[in-house]
Amino acid sequence: MATGDLALGQEQGALSAQQRVINDFSINVATVNGSGSQSANSVLLKSIFGMGVPVSGKNLFPSNIAGLPTWFIIRASKDGYVARKRTAEVLVALNPDTARQDALDLPSGGVAIYEENLNLKQYREDLVFYPVPFDKITASICPEAKLRKLVKNMVYVGVAAQVLQIDLGVVESGLRKQFAKKVKVFELNFGAVKAGFDYAQQNFTKQDPYFIERMDQTAGKIIIDGNAACGMGAVFAGVTVVAWYPITPSTSVVEATTDLLKKFRVTPEGKATFAVIQAEDELAAIGMVLGAGWAGARSMTATSGPGVSLMAEFSGLGYFAEIPGVIFDVQRTGPSTGMPTRTSQADLLSTAFLSHGDTKHIVLLPGSVKECFELGYAAFDLAERIQTPVFVLTDLDMGMNNWMSEPFEYPTTPLDRGKVLSAADLERLGGFARYRDVDGDAIGWRTLPGNPHPKAAYFTRGSGHNDAAAYTEKPAEYVAVMERLARKFENARKLVPGPVTVKNGTSKIGFLAYGTTDFALRESLDQIKKAYDVDADYMRIRAYPFAHEIHDFVASHERVYVVEQNRDAQLESLLKFDLPADQVVKLRSILHYNGLPIDAQSITEEFATKEGL
Amino acid sequence: MATATPTPKVNHIGLPIIEYRGGKSTLCAGCGHNAISERIIDAMFEMGVQPERVMKMSGIGCSSKSPAYFMSRSHAFNSVHGRMAAVSTGAILANHTMKTIGVSGDGDTASIGMGGFVHLLRRNLPMIYIIEDNGVYGLTKGQFSATADLGSKLKTGVINDLPAIDTCALAIQLGATFVGRSFSGDKKQLLSMLKAAIAHKGTVMLDVISPCVTFNDHEGSTKSYKFMQENDEPINEIGFVASFDDIEVDYDSGQVYDVEMHDGSSLRLRKLLEDYDPTDKANAVRTLMESQANDEILTGVFYINTEQPTFIDLLNVVDEPLGTLPESLTRPPKSALDSLMANLS
Repeated sequence: MATGDLALGQEQGALSAQQRVINDFSINVATVNGSGSQSANSVLLKSIFGMGVPVSGKNLFPSNIAGLPTWFIIRASKDGYVARKRTAEVLVALNPDTARQDALDLPSGGVAIYEENLNLKQYREDLVFYPVPFDKITASICPEAKLRKLVKNMVYVGVAAQVLQIDLGVVESGLRKQFAKKVKVFELNFGAVKAGFDYAQQNFTKQDPYFIERMDQTAGKIIIDGNAACGMGAVFAGVTVVAWYPITPSTSVVEATTDLLKKFRVTPEGKATFAVIQAEDELAAIGMVLGAGWAGARSMTATSGPGVSLMAEFSGLGYFAEIPGVIFDVQRTGPSTGMPTRTSQADLLSTAFLSHGDTKHIVLLPGSVKECFELGYAAFDLAERIQTPVFVLTDLDMGMNNWMSEPFEYPTTPLDRGKVLSAADLERLGGFARYRDVDGDAIGWRTLPGNPHPKAAYFTRGSGHNDAAAYTEKPAEYVAVMERLARKFENARKLVPGPVTVKNGTSKIGFLAYGTTDFALRESLDQIKKAYDVDADYMRIRAYPFAHEIHDFVASHERVYVVEQNRDAQLESLLKFDLPADQVVKLRSILHYNGLPIDAQSITEEFATKEGL
Repeated sequence: MATATPTPKVNHIGLPIIEYRGGKSTLCAGCGHNAISERIIDAMFEMGVQPERVMKMSGIGCSSKSPAYFMSRSHAFNSVHGRMAAVSTGAILANHTMKTIGVSGDGDTASIGMGGFVHLLRRNLPMIYIIEDNGVYGLTKGQFSATADLGSKLKTGVINDLPAIDTCALAIQLGATFVGRSFSGDKKQLLSMLKAAIAHKGTVMLDVISPCVTFNDHEGSTKSYKFMQENDEPINEIGFVASFDDIEVDYDSGQVYDVEMHDGSSLRLRKLLEDYDPTDKANAVRTLMESQANDEILTGVFYINTEQPTFIDLLNVVDEPLGTLPESLTRPPKSALDSLMANLS
């Protein structure tokens, strides 16, 4: 049988050029987790990238080791949109448990590549069906039974490449890169790709409209996930102490950091210029970070919501005793355990005010993998300059998915190690008061253990202290410290990364967002312009405390939509704390919080409803 | 021969003892903790430790206040309740060249801080970890702690019906490499133990019974001065000869254990308990458990191991403190980033 089995309009014959959908569709690869599909998914994604087509990938996986459904969604977009799309047009069905629903979810005219005995034709008549005997093909090219499960996934890559007309040479070079020097592994895997490709070529006639055609939109670009980018930021910030406790979805931040430290931070004598410690819990992890920060190290941890909750008491100590440290929070859905493998932006309020008492924290909000790197290293400078814990908030979508990016640029400024007095300084000054504002910037000078001057030591404490670090319960002394801390935080508005003005024209309508919401919002703004002729302005926030430009942006618009991925409008709430009363009424909320990354269509629809369009 | 001079006595690095003193104690008069602070001062002075080379760590509680009362010239961190272990670990990772002494309490360690404590022990982190152990929560006015003995009585008449956690047995089992118990009122024993602790390279865990004169120093308390004076059973007499004291050690095998410390000092343990071998882990734990069953409070050095690598050894870090390494050693060069970018394109 030499035909693709098109149930819908088989008599229509070959597709006309107008019907073709080129470089603008999504592929949903439905597998079972633990089946080793990840490297196959990555090869397909990188093959589309290799064709020069803008591409993004999202792994929707369960909180489970093996046996539950997983979906990997690859979006090719000639326009460069990288947010999640609600529907995928092409399905690769390898999971018997979800195949029926996965097929039902396809749009009319969609494509189903599937294990032939799943018999998806029984559920729909309006799809293009490409049944593949995966097991038979796999068995024929992989004599070793125990490897077949892994190799089977590469067969789907070959089939998909042939159906979508991806150049086999591009797939081959991608695979070669992935398996680098492991020639045998490459040969086995490419054999599987080739077998799938050949099967499709011999048995199917293309009946669907989806094509990948060469573009030149990915030249010079890289593909990386946000967690690896954060780890890279930390390493190029010169991190020396990493203390952590494993938690999804942040674990790979530390794994990436550790790999790079081992690669770049071992002396010719074989000694490490870093220490990575897997702590007993997040309480200990943040305690170690602060102990190390106090003693002069650039220290960090990476965690997610439940870990952040455990870090609350120590975060207050860091704020009050003024100790640097960097905390990467890769947000997942809460409350409580929530959905550990699903994304959200629901830790903004809890990190901004983490701990009891009047505690406030600096929070950095990277909006791309490049910014994971840049704000990642900036966080260490800010923590030491401002002498306080700094949180870097990303989320599962940013952290664990692959994103295209311009290559990262090497930092242009030296490390800012902040205000630290040497023994020579102390000799000249004759002493110091740890928390005295001698420079008018509300930041005191500190000394580090190891400073040999007899007047270097001071007593660090989380209890009430005066500007000389001595214990106090005197109202005026306590108030003086608290007011200086407030001034320091106020000054930080100018030190943290400012917002990015994506567009600021003459519109009465403005949008504010941060982090991964940016991907969907940019696409949505194009949709809104096209559908409703509304050319709205947009400013992307990159840090708390909010820079003055954010106030100005709100002031210069009639209505400002705050788009974010949580139920309680946390960014909007934080803005309400900050803005003058007459500005607060301008804010409107667009929220998304079902665990899946926000998509453009949802924003567009909500905006249209709210505007009465 | 030297004759008496009016100049104050100085130690071998030329400092008088006053340079080892701290602020005035705000603890109750007669508190055992004050005596321990005094012994720390004596030990650091006699060992000639440079005060600026010391990090003083603590958690929260009466005990944890005490670092303010010794060695004002040392760097100090009074952290949060139960977290001295974590903060100390971080500080030591940042600067392993410092001598670190931590003062915690029985509540701070054996209840709220137990998670961090046990992991510090198993890492054999190089520090001296002192538990000033009075069996009660003082600052909150006298609740039992987890080291209070079964059947001991509070001033209010409340009787403890839960068994005590033996922090020494725990420390030996989990990997501390110098474990001892002393009594704040036993000047000689505590001083020798602290001096040896200063010479030791791994985790030193010292449980120092320190009666709370306000809430737990009465009839029926097993952590009172009277009870300790009557029931303290030393298992060994501790002699310590520092590396800079050029004194011949008189070997008397069979009666004495001489342990050579990392810095060349000698710890001499004269057996009081028959056949007690302080290098035998299993025997040490058994001895402690038997003593508990007999309502005895054993003191002395229960266990010592000078061979075990410390956590810093395992990390294989450079000799210099990590915290203050220059940028040239901590930020990889541009070529490193370029090669990473090339691999990702």
